Amino acid sequence: MRAPIQRYRNILDFALSSLLRRKGRNLALICVYTLVIFVIASLIFFVQALKREARELLIQAPDMVVQRMVAGRHDPIPTIQAEAIRAIRGVEAVQPRLWGYYYDPVFGGNLTVMAASDQELAVDSVWVGRGVARSMRVNEGDLISLRGYGGQPILFAVQKILPEASELVSSDLVLMSEKDVRALFNFPEGLATDLAVTAGNPRELATIAAKIVELFPDTRPIMKTEILRTYEAIFDWRGGLMVVVLGSAILAFIIFAWDKATGLSAEERKEIGILKSIGWESSDVLLLKFWEGAVVSLTAFLSGVLLAYVHVFFFSASLFEHALKGWSVLFPRYRLVPALDAYQLTVLFFLTVLPYTAATLVPIWRAATVDPDAAMRS
Amino acid sequence: MIELVHVEKTYQADLATPFTAVDDVSLSIAAGKLTVLKGPSGSGKTTLLTLIGCMARPTSGRIHLHGLPEDTLPELKEGDALEITSLPERFLTAIRRRTFGFIFQQFNLIRGISVLENVMLPTYPTGEDHQRVEASAIQRLEALGLARHLRAPVDRLSGGEAQRVAIARALINDPLVIIADEPTAHLDSKLSEDFMELMGQFKSSGKTLLITSHDPIVYGSPLADRVVEMRDGRIVKGS
Amino acid sequence: MIQHPGILALLLASGLVSLLLTAAGWQGFQILRGWNLQSGSEGQLDLERRTYLVSTLVTNALVIQILSLFLFIFTADGLHAQFVGAMCAAGSLSANAHGYPTLLIKVATCLVAGVWLILQRADTQGHDYPLIRPKYALLLILVPLVLAETWLQTSYLVGLKADVMTSCCGSLFGQGRQGLASELASLPPRLMQPVFWISFAALMVSGVVLLRTRRGAIAFSVISFAFLCVAVASLLSFFCLYIYELPTHHCPFCLLQKEYGFVGYPIYGTLLGGAMAGLGVGALAPFGDRKSLTSALPRLQARLVWSTLFLALAFTLIVGIWMLLSPLKL
Repeated sequence: MRAPIQRYRNILDFALSSLLRRKGRNLALICVYTLVIFVIASLIFFVQALKREARELLIQAPDMVVQRMVAGRHDPIPTIQAEAIRAIRGVEAVQPRLWGYYYDPVFGGNLTVMAASDQELAVDSVWVGRGVARSMRVNEGDLISLRGYGGQPILFAVQKILPEASELVSSDLVLMSEKDVRALFNFPEGLATDLAVTAGNPRELATIAAKIVELFPDTRPIMKTEILRTYEAIFDWRGGLMVVVLGSAILAFIIFAWDKATGLSAEERKEIGILKSIGWESSDVLLLKFWEGAVVSLTAFLSGVLLAYVHVFFFSASLFEHALKGWSVLFPRYRLVPALDAYQLTVLFFLTVLPYTAATLVPIWRAATVDPDAAMRS
Repeated sequence: MIELVHVEKTYQADLATPFTAVDDVSLSIAAGKLTVLKGPSGSGKTTLLTLIGCMARPTSGRIHLHGLPEDTLPELKEGDALEITSLPERFLTAIRRRTFGFIFQQFNLIRGISVLENVMLPTYPTGEDHQRVEASAIQRLEALGLARHLRAPVDRLSGGEAQRVAIARALINDPLVIIADEPTAHLDSKLSEDFMELMGQFKSSGKTLLITSHDPIVYGSPLADRVVEMRDGRIVKGS
Repeated sequence: MIQHPGILALLLASGLVSLLLTAAGWQGFQILRGWNLQSGSEGQLDLERRTYLVSTLVTNALVIQILSLFLFIFTADGLHAQFVGAMCAAGSLSANAHGYPTLLIKVATCLVAGVWLILQRADTQGHDYPLIRPKYALLLILVPLVLAETWLQTSYLVGLKADVMTSCCGSLFGQGRQGLASELASLPPRLMQPVFWISFAALMVSGVVLLRTRRGAIAFSVISFAFLCVAVASLLSFFCLYIYELPTHHCPFCLLQKEYGFVGYPIYGTLLGGAMAGLGVGALAPFGDRKSLTSALPRLQARLVWSTLFLALAFTLIVGIWMLLSPLKL
């Protein structure tokens, strides 16, 4: 049993030394290979990280939100309807939510203004997200001025800046008391932006949603899972689209690899001839070429993945942030949480290493089946 | 030892210009002797060597090998002979590794790697114990006066040294037969005579030797037990 | 179609496998047609060279095939969030009619390709290419199988539309539903437990008999395939309950997830490997009389029998240990 293992080791040794002897040629191949893996890996990691952020964002969201529709558009909902919905079997809690967007002309971005549900927040004071604090250059204790519905400035004291951990979630958020929200937007009493519904058993949500629509035909219940699904679909779609676009890059690379593998140098051809003449068999040469390919692929794969990891998680994917995120200017300057999983790596392997390997099979076979007597006839 | 019956090798048989390199050759080569194949270039000597040495298969005819070790291919034995003409490459290679050591005209060393590695290269696919192979390679190289060059890349060697490395490599698997193709073509007379002396040593240690040459130092040597002359793929003298 | 990178990877892989195997099949066909070992003509030498190409192509295709089997399940699992009601791969696979057939045919192609490689291995042991005809005949069966798989998988993946209502694995594999998967699940543990242990014992006994007497290779092969089926049914029926520690969760896919320590990989790995080796024993059985294989074939068969027995034992040990350590008691 030892001999076969020793054979693998011997031939691997020789493959490594062959690769090193032809450094220049192989380096060019590895560089291009690494570049292709880097781009696709960055893409996959980035989309995956965004999906995870979105999922985490939604963990805090209510199971279901009920909106009122007027003429096909979202309209404030009367808070009395909350009572009727609470009476539906299976509903645990209904919370009217009061929130809206505030456009800040100074730095040209939208803020999400929301009524804090807890009572800690005093009138005339706010909690702001990191992004808001950064754009307005405020610290805790400073005052900020927002323009009310009539154009009059209203001053708020910044009581707290929301913690960084949830930056993606809360970056553009301004929390204030319910009274202040109504004053800022002139939002009538008895109306809310929407209703947050919690069910005792999440499996019953669909039934509850059906009952709500039956009860109030002008409402639209939106479930958390639906939002999640939409996010996933959008991110996947964008990621997939980019992969398709990058398909041309992969194709170019495969042609490059094919060319490299087919165009064995005269020196290399002669070497294979010598090996065959001194007692190597076709399958030994195939193994040699397999090891060479494996070492090249592994090197390129590891360095490509490493570079992509640094790019996405330390430089926030600066190369194609804009193509994929498409958010408002206030999109947080956050750092994605580093994470890698086997699935992403497998997909990456499939998209890059498999085509490379397949493209080199026939050229390798051609090289390996040189006649052993070729070395004598030269 | 080796017996050829009506052996023929044709290249490009399906083209309009087939070329018969070896034409109806019958020959038997005795064990423990030195046989020289003599003839001008293009006479089919080298092709005949590749057929005998299991590097290529004849288009027709049969080649029998006698006196191989018992365990070579038990299923194939017919008496003490092994008929090799229709064996797959895998088996031809296995037989070749144990039976034949080749010394090529161009030496065929792999550039860029050390003398020692070049000598060990034929054993890589057999998966023998690395250290034992290394010890035996060093021993053979020392016996050939190459101890100084063990770790040197082969590119730096002189013609004579390169040939001795090639000889050490041919011996690494301890073959029964040593085959040399025009071994003195790139050597001066002094080195050619040294080479023949070395062949004499191998002969006295019981190896069978088969050498192609048109160098009088080789075919005129008193060591040569038999000279077979070839022309246009046929044996014209000495069969 | 959902443009998920995983889906693109699967489509690419199946395209590559089809390409490789079609090329291999074409070469195999030419080899079958022009084969004449007695001849030393250049044509014959060229065909012999091509046998290396074919085995290289099939080996690579098999590796891709096995990897893509797991990628397929993993992708189906990752997609479940896009289907209402789907909780894992089981739900995603029933999103349209092609999901489960794709999975089955993927397993089948893996097995056939594995058997092919065993034949290839045996063939290289004989000095006269003793199995050249059966080997390439099998290859010509493998090619349409793989093409069918590619077609099925493409229709499945392209036909996926997010939001299609699907049943989650909880109800699909729950009791009292119709369909293939639920029938497996509804096999009662009370019945399946003895069936599993009996088939395990049968496998071991037939293996030992085969090793001792060199008889019953076909029977052993059949039993080892039956063991694969029984083991999967038992996995669904009761083993997985112990692993999930839930008395109602009959899902074969969640085993592959991190929450369960990726135990699915050794479980399915041992099952698949064991079935390949077991089928290989039977596939070799008709060729015992080939003269050039008289010593090599029994050796190879014995090694395969040992592998089958070892892998079956490993499978049983893994699920058995989980069963013993599980806090769940049925």
